[in-house]
Amino acid sequence: MIKMKDLTDKEYLYGHKACPGCGMGIVGRLATKVLGEKTIIALPASCMSTVTTQYPQMNYSVPSMTMAFPGTGAVLSGMSAGLKSLGVKDVNVIGFAGDGGTADIGIQALSGAVERGDDFIYVCYDNEAYMNTGIQRSGMTPYGATTTTTPSGTASIGEKHFKKNMFEIMIAHRIPYAATACSSYTTDFMNKIEKAKNIKGPAYIHVMAPCPTGWGFPSELTVEIGKMIVECGLWYLAEYENGKVKMNLVPKTLKPVKDYLMAQKRFKHLKDEDIKAIEEHRDSEWELIRENWMK
Amino acid sequence: MSKPQIVKYKMPESQKDMPLGPSSEAGVIIEPNAGWRVMKPIIDNSKCVMCLKCWILCPDGVIDREKGTLEIDYNFCKGCGICSYECPQKAITMVKEGKQYD
Amino acid sequence: MTNQNIVSSREFLNGDEAVAYGARLCRPNVVSVYPITPQTIVVEKISEFVANNSMDCEYVHVESEHSAMAAAMGASMVGARAFTATSSQGLAYMHEMLHYVSGSRFPIVMMNANRTLAAPWNIFGDQRDSMAQRDTGWIQVYVENGQESLDMIIQAYRLAEHEGIYLPVMVNLDGFVNTHTYELVSIPSQKEVDEFLPAFASKNAVDFNNPRSYCMSASTEWNMEFRYQQHEAMMNAKKVIESVDKEFGDKFGRYHGGMVKEYKCDDAEVVLVTTGSVSGTSRLVVDSMREKGLKVGLVKLRFFRPFPVEYFKGLKSRVKAVGVIDRNLSFGYEGAVGSEVKSAMYDSCGSPKVIDFIAGIAGRDIKKKDIELMYNKLLNLSKGQKEEELQFIGMRW
Ligand SMILES: Cc1ncc(C[n+]2csc(CCOP(=O)(O)OP(=O)(O)O)c2C)c(N)n1
Ligand code: SF4
Ligand SMILES: [Mg+2]
Repeated sequence: MIKMKDLTDKEYLYGHKACPGCGMGIVGRLATKVLGEKTIIALPASCMSTVTTQYPQMNYSVPSMTMAFPGTGAVLSGMSAGLKSLGVKDVNVIGFAGDGGTADIGIQALSGAVERGDDFIYVCYDNEAYMNTGIQRSGMTPYGATTTTTPSGTASIGEKHFKKNMFEIMIAHRIPYAATACSSYTTDFMNKIEKAKNIKGPAYIHVMAPCPTGWGFPSELTVEIGKMIVECGLWYLAEYENGKVKMNLVPKTLKPVKDYLMAQKRFKHLKDEDIKAIEEHRDSEWELIRENWMK
Repeated sequence: MSKPQIVKYKMPESQKDMPLGPSSEAGVIIEPNAGWRVMKPIIDNSKCVMCLKCWILCPDGVIDREKGTLEIDYNFCKGCGICSYECPQKAITMVKEGKQYD
Repeated sequence: MTNQNIVSSREFLNGDEAVAYGARLCRPNVVSVYPITPQTIVVEKISEFVANNSMDCEYVHVESEHSAMAAAMGASMVGARAFTATSSQGLAYMHEMLHYVSGSRFPIVMMNANRTLAAPWNIFGDQRDSMAQRDTGWIQVYVENGQESLDMIIQAYRLAEHEGIYLPVMVNLDGFVNTHTYELVSIPSQKEVDEFLPAFASKNAVDFNNPRSYCMSASTEWNMEFRYQQHEAMMNAKKVIESVDKEFGDKFGRYHGGMVKEYKCDDAEVVLVTTGSVSGTSRLVVDSMREKGLKVGLVKLRFFRPFPVEYFKGLKSRVKAVGVIDRNLSFGYEGAVGSEVKSAMYDSCGSPKVIDFIAGIAGRDIKKKDIELMYNKLLNLSKGQKEEELQFIGMRW
């Protein structure tokens, strides 16, 4: 278990160019604090790579490689295989990929790498759209959200589909360790990174990372928004280990989704019936969670 | 403060100075982010109980705890306001950048 | 521990197997490959080596060619020697990664089985797949037979990992004609190869004492200088290709000719430029035409990138007409090698006449009579008769 006082004062991610209040910044910073110096990072095209590796400013102080948008899983495999064949031990290999780089273009490489059982940590930081290229929808964009490719309008509600469930997709791979997390729940997230570090084989952590720029909320609310999404049940904290899912935080009653949605510009256009539809979908998801994982 | 420092980076002056391929020293910061800041967090250490919420939640890691009281690395604080918003003691206030205060 | 005490031997191997044997001798740390006809045997053979404990490597069963190259890149970044192989659709599929790898200066070696690209779908050979990758920054060599295939895999690592190069190398074998044709191949011993190719000590890999960020972004202010550096490395390769080939020749008794290999060109009036397996057949035609007193020669172009510009500049004053057999086609213009040869020989006056022959597309046989026809056309041209600059040989009609 991670204790705040034991955490290093060293910053392995510093001075980066992410927007003020970026949830992804918390993710990169805390993950590397837990993993320490002996860490190699794969950075596919995304906000994460863009804001950290502009020559000559390299904001990660551990070795990293910016790489192709679709290739995170495979690059991690290659790094891990390379280290293994060179007899190098005790080095963490981690990828930070966005939701697009994970659930859309990178899902094939991720699936292959997980199925092969290669030893790496894959962190998907989920800001629910392609932020780096200017807020286009991804397979992780939630229903009803306005993005630049799913703008709401007289004939459009915004994004028309509900989020893809990457956690369950990873479970279907029988991955040694998978977890969901949120940048607002820092201890939970760091504990999960710590677990992933000690797992032999692949570990996948899907961490919700609110994006003030893309979601449309004031930068000081990043942590608050992250709490709200968990409290209203549109996101959950869970982990899968030894064939079982454990819910890490179950709100006694789920708060109404409306407050969460209305705090963000991307949902401002939603009507009461749209919000009701979102709430119904949430409820059906939670029914499944209770049915499958909480009995 | 033991936060990473801005370095004067020696850029290549000829083709032969160029690093091999696009790779470069890790952990090199050549410029501050202070210019982005509109609002500036000010910590009142007399109110702070060192719960370290702000320290852990800062996306830029600019809060320093090493001296036993908190200090902000204003070179890299972007003024997002998370620290101030999350502080249970209301020990951090956001003031307009450039304004005088005591 | 793996038993990799290979002693020298001579065996009947096809081109794919020769590549696998060559790759094994290079002791790659990581092999990440995805099967595609006609490269499949390479993948299978290496799998067999690994399964029988006669090859010491991490074999990554990637789920695509894009991932094959991405994994190789990851491996190279941590200091591992990486090998991969592909063909045609697979090469096209990994196109994005080819740029990443060369741009990041990772000395990865890849075998490519030349095969035409869909559509129309076809698994047989032509070289449009690799020629279309001309500008990806890979060193490209075209080999003629199994022996040259094996030898060039070994040489490729020496080239790729050379201090002044650090670029990836693609070794191209004609699909089926080379990949699936059996011949007697000399396999050097592990000891000899170890002497020729030392263990990989990358100067472009993770070092925790001096951590670096790889493959970073470089702004408009700096990007062009990185490209220039890549170009310089490619230009440096020209000399190294010759010296490595010589050194290889001294050690193993087989010198392949460096950038280009001439055949009976000294007094030739017309020459034909070939790439890959058609060179063998063409030599036979040269011999038979020579018997008739015709002054024909053959230039086997081995390296397409870097391109032997100097050689062709020199060739220009030696011959009256040059033909190129292009087993590829750049739709709307001509064959890729034809364009390069012409541009290399370009001069305001005195350039020889050039005919670009498009032939052998999608595995179509280039017969001796086709080659003879090409030489005759060149001879006609050299005597002042008119010939079309671009000709399709072996067409149905
Ligand atoms: C093959 C390829 N297609 C498209 C792009 C353009 N591109 C770069 S980043 C990006 C979106 C990244 O989205 P995500 O993975 O969610 O990360 P984020 O930027 O949101 O953090 C896109 C579409 C690319 N770099 N490569
Ligand atoms: S766009 Fe969003 S995810 Fe990207 S840097 Fe800005 S706040 Fe972070
Ligand atoms: Mg995203």
